[in-house]
Formats: sequence, structure tokens, C-alpha cells
Amino acid sequence: MKKDLACMIFKLSGSELLGRVLTTGAAALAIISTVTIIAFISVKGLSTFIDNGISLKEFLLSSHWYPDRPLEEGGPQVGILAFVFGSVVVSTLAVILSAPLSIACAVFMVEIAPNWGQRLLRPAIEVLAGIPSVVYGYIGLSLLVPFIRENIGGLGFSVLAGFLVLSLMIIPTIVGISADSLKALPREWKEAAYALGSTRWQAIRLVLLPAARSGLITGIVLGLARAFGEALAVQMVIGNTRKIPASILDPVTTLTSAITMDMGNTPMGSLWNNALWSMGLLLLAISCFFIIIIRFVANKGGIAQ
Amino acid sequence: MKKTKWIVLAVLCLAALAALAGCGGRDRQGTAGNRPQLSGNITAVGSTAMQPLVEQAANQFMAKHPNVKIVVQGGGSGTGLTQVAQGAADIGNSDIFAEEKDGIDASQLVDHQICVVGMAAVVNPAVNIDNLTRQQLVDIFTGKITNWKDVGGPDQKVVLVNRPKASGTRATFKKYALGGAEEAAGIEEDSSGTVRKIVKETPGAIGYLALSYLDGSVKAIKLDGVEPSKENITSGKYPVWAYQHSYTKGKPSGALEAFLNYIMTDEVQKSIIPQLGYIPVTEMKVVRDASGNVKSK
Repeated sequence: MKKDLACMIFKLSGSELLGRVLTTGAAALAIISTVTIIAFISVKGLSTFIDNGISLKEFLLSSHWYPDRPLEEGGPQVGILAFVFGSVVVSTLAVILSAPLSIACAVFMVEIAPNWGQRLLRPAIEVLAGIPSVVYGYIGLSLLVPFIRENIGGLGFSVLAGFLVLSLMIIPTIVGISADSLKALPREWKEAAYALGSTRWQAIRLVLLPAARSGLITGIVLGLARAFGEALAVQMVIGNTRKIPASILDPVTTLTSAITMDMGNTPMGSLWNNALWSMGLLLLAISCFFIIIIRFVANKGGIAQ
Repeated sequence: MKKTKWIVLAVLCLAALAALAGCGGRDRQGTAGNRPQLSGNITAVGSTAMQPLVEQAANQFMAKHPNVKIVVQGGGSGTGLTQVAQGAADIGNSDIFAEEKDGIDASQLVDHQICVVGMAAVVNPAVNIDNLTRQQLVDIFTGKITNWKDVGGPDQKVVLVNRPKASGTRATFKKYALGGAEEAAGIEEDSSGTVRKIVKETPGAIGYLALSYLDGSVKAIKLDGVEPSKENITSGKYPVWAYQHSYTKGKPSGALEAFLNYIMTDEVQKSIIPQLGYIPVTEMKVVRDASGNVKSK
């Protein structure tokens, strides 16, 4: 045994050993931090249900959020339906607007104008990804909100403003992944389509887009996940009204913005604080759900990853 | 070649030595004055309403005591109380009494009331109303009145701009202006600065601000005919005001005690505090306890 071990160490001596230790260590660190974060959020988040005895149904399906209401007035209540609704509506609308635009952009970049698409469009879109979200929020607050108020109606702080800002923010995510998966398609497929007499539009629509489908869906789902998690920019333009909106021009609030508004203001261990952790746990569960979808889609598609 | 290198190195070493010696000399001078220098780090966290005041006092204090470093952060009264109770901050700034906050053990905190700030309902300048009765104010904030024409204003929808549930300004306003009534859902913003911006820009908006945030861009409303002025607050006529508390965990000592004492000197009480729109605690003719009972001094 000892000899074997010595033999192994000898084999891995020098830079080989160092490299191995470094990479294994880094990988282990990534796994450990993920696991500990998930464990921590779960413990904190589940205590709403275990320690405070709030039922999951009440938590998810009630829209009465009065964590500070005294017992004699019927409180405290922690129903987060309004927040979940806001998050779902704002991010779904953002993706509905952003996905077709982004995929068109990716097609243009890869198939129609690869030359200046790669040279100009790609860096331009990458810059969009690099703009800090507070800047998006501030532009939204200073330009978009007054614009909506004066030209469309309502207060300006609205679902509309929220999803417009978000849809711009997730364009780079979707474009990047879609363009990569389109580029990864074998050249021959396009050439075969042309050889069969199809026009460029037919080749794109009937051959390339379906073939890259799993990559496109991955991009869209990642965009949706990003939209769900975005806090700051959205918080600045949606008005944060804790009520289910009746129209697209009404203010709304999201899970992330509800967490950031109250976070730090609540004593550790109180029901209020635990409820915020539960909301965090819900966000984590949602993003895990999205990641599972992506795994599923990517395995099924099998062509372009 | 080699020789020049050595000479350069030697000169550099000498220079470094000289610099070090210089430093040492100054250090000795500092302590030789037989006056122990205050030193230490202080973090003050909490109420955004108090932030400008504490920041300015801290800057002046640091200019006098260069070895003391004071970091002032916002975050809200709830954050201040929570952080100081957990020992994460040295000073927790709060608009509300620690006793009023659930989940905070007030008995281990020491209250330093440094000044008083009034709070007023503010409206968009285009709303031509400058007085509301208390009942009207309650009806507006609880959502019973939704149009300004019901209280003699223009035919315009009321837009509520609230602070988050954990804000100290909100707690004070709810307690002393609304008599504890719960507000209807409205726009919610987590800083006074944003509330002012929104009330200024949104037609029909009403919110509430600490008087220190008033700069003429929004209109403060009289309550039952009483103007939210310094005289009315010190005499107890205008009820919507709060102490600005700096809480410490246990009795402060060293630099922390010196800083808190400095805030109570005339240098701060008579100049910075009125300049920033606060009221010196020394000028109050009434006192209030944690349960809200007011009596004259």
C-alpha cells in the first residue's frame, strides 16, 4: 500500500502534482460553496414553516403581506402571492419581447452579415451586458418612467417600465447563446439546403433554426432566469406596490425587490426575517428549476450545445 | 556598471531609513505631548434621515482627532437597531425607540437622543392644498379618499408614496400623524431622497418626509392648521416628530464616548443640527417616552 502511494506521488511529482492539487481544490471549493449556500438558505428559509408554523399554502397563495401587524389585529401575515405574481409577469413579458428580437439578432449576426455582425454587433451587444444594472435602473427612472406617464398614462412606475428595462438587459444573454449554437451547426447542412433549391430565408427557417433549437431554448431559459433574479434595475422603475396589478400600467413588486427593501431592517430570527429567507429559497428553487430544464433540453437536442 | 548599481541601492536604502526615522520621530512627538490621542474605528449605521447629520459631525470630529476613523452608513432605522444589537456596528442610528421595534432587546442598548426631527406630509407642488385635517390625512393614506377634489383640491387621482414597512420615518408618521392606521398599498421607495424625487415629479402624489429633506421642490402640508415648523414642534403643538437616537450596546467608552459627547456640544447642537433642518434636543419644551406619552419639561 505504502509503496503504491509513494509510487503515485512520484508519478505526480513536480508541476503535475501542483496542477492537480490546484484544479481539484478549485473544483472542490466551487462544490462546497454551492452546497453550503443551498444548505444555509434552506435552513433559514424553512424555519418560517417549521419554527413559525406558517403553512406553505398560506405563504404561497395569500397576498396579505403584513409581517409587522400585531397579533390582536389578525397578523402577522406573510403571503407572498403578489410578489411571485409580479416576478412572473415582469420576467415573462420581458422574455416574450426579448426572445424574438434576440434570436433575429443572432441570425443576422451569424447568417446574414457575419462580417460586420461579428466585428460590430457582437461587441455592441457585449457592452450591453457590461452596463451595471443600477445604470439601467437610473435611465429607466429618469427617462422611461416620465415618458410612460406623459405619453401612455398611469404613474409611469409600472409593469410596462419594468419589463422594458428587463428585456433590454437580457438581450445579451439570449443573443450570445443563440449565436454560438447557430455557429456550431455544420456548414454542410446549410449548403445542402441551398443545393435543394431553398432560398436563404427557407434555409434559416426550415433547417438552421430547428437544428439549433436546443441552444435557442437554453438561451431563452437563461434569459428568463436572469430576469427573475434581477433586483436593482427593476426595483427602481416598478413602484413596489404590494398589490396584484390590474393592468400593465399599474405599479407592481417582485420577489427580489421585496427582499432588498426589507432586508437588513428585520431582526435575525424573527418571522419577518425568516419569511424573507423563504422568499430567497423560492428564488433559488426557481433558478434550479430553470437549470434542470436546460439540462433536459440540451440532452434532448443533442446537436448544438 | 555593477558599482553604480550598488551605489543606487545604497542611496535607496539610506532614503528608506531616513523616511522611517522621520516617521518614528513624528510618532514620538505625538505621544510626547502628554495628551493621549484618541484612536479607533467607529461604524455608525442606520436611519437615512440622520445620515447627513452624523456624517457631518463625524467629518468635523475626524478633523480634530486624526486617529479616529468614523464610517457612517444608511440602511434605515431597523438596520441600525439590528446591527447595533448584534454588535456589528458601534452606533445604531434610529428614528424610533428601540422598545418600539419587535425582536430587539432594548435593555442592553443605551439611548443617546441627539436631536429631534419633524416629519410632514408632502404633496406635489401642483396640488393646491396646504392644509389637511387629521381625518382627511388618514382617509387619504388608508385609501378612502382617492381623488384630491374630495378635500378641496384639483380633480386628480391621489398617488400614495410610502416608505417600506421597516422605515423609521414611516413608523413615526404612522403613529403620530395617522394614529396607527394602516396605509393602503402605494408606491414604495426605500429612501427619502427617492420619495422626494417621485413626489416632485408625479402629478397628484403625496408622501411624507423628514423636514430635513424639504428643499422647496415639494410642498409640506399643515396638519389641522398647524404648520410643521420648529416653533410648533418644540412647543408640542405639531405632533409628528421623533427623537433621533444613537444607540450603543452598553455604555460607550473611549473614542465612541468622545464622539457622542462631541455631538452634544454646542458646536454640533447649535450649528450643524439647525443648518440641516433638525431641532436641537436641548430646545425641546416637551419630552416624549417610548410609549408616546408627551409631557412638558
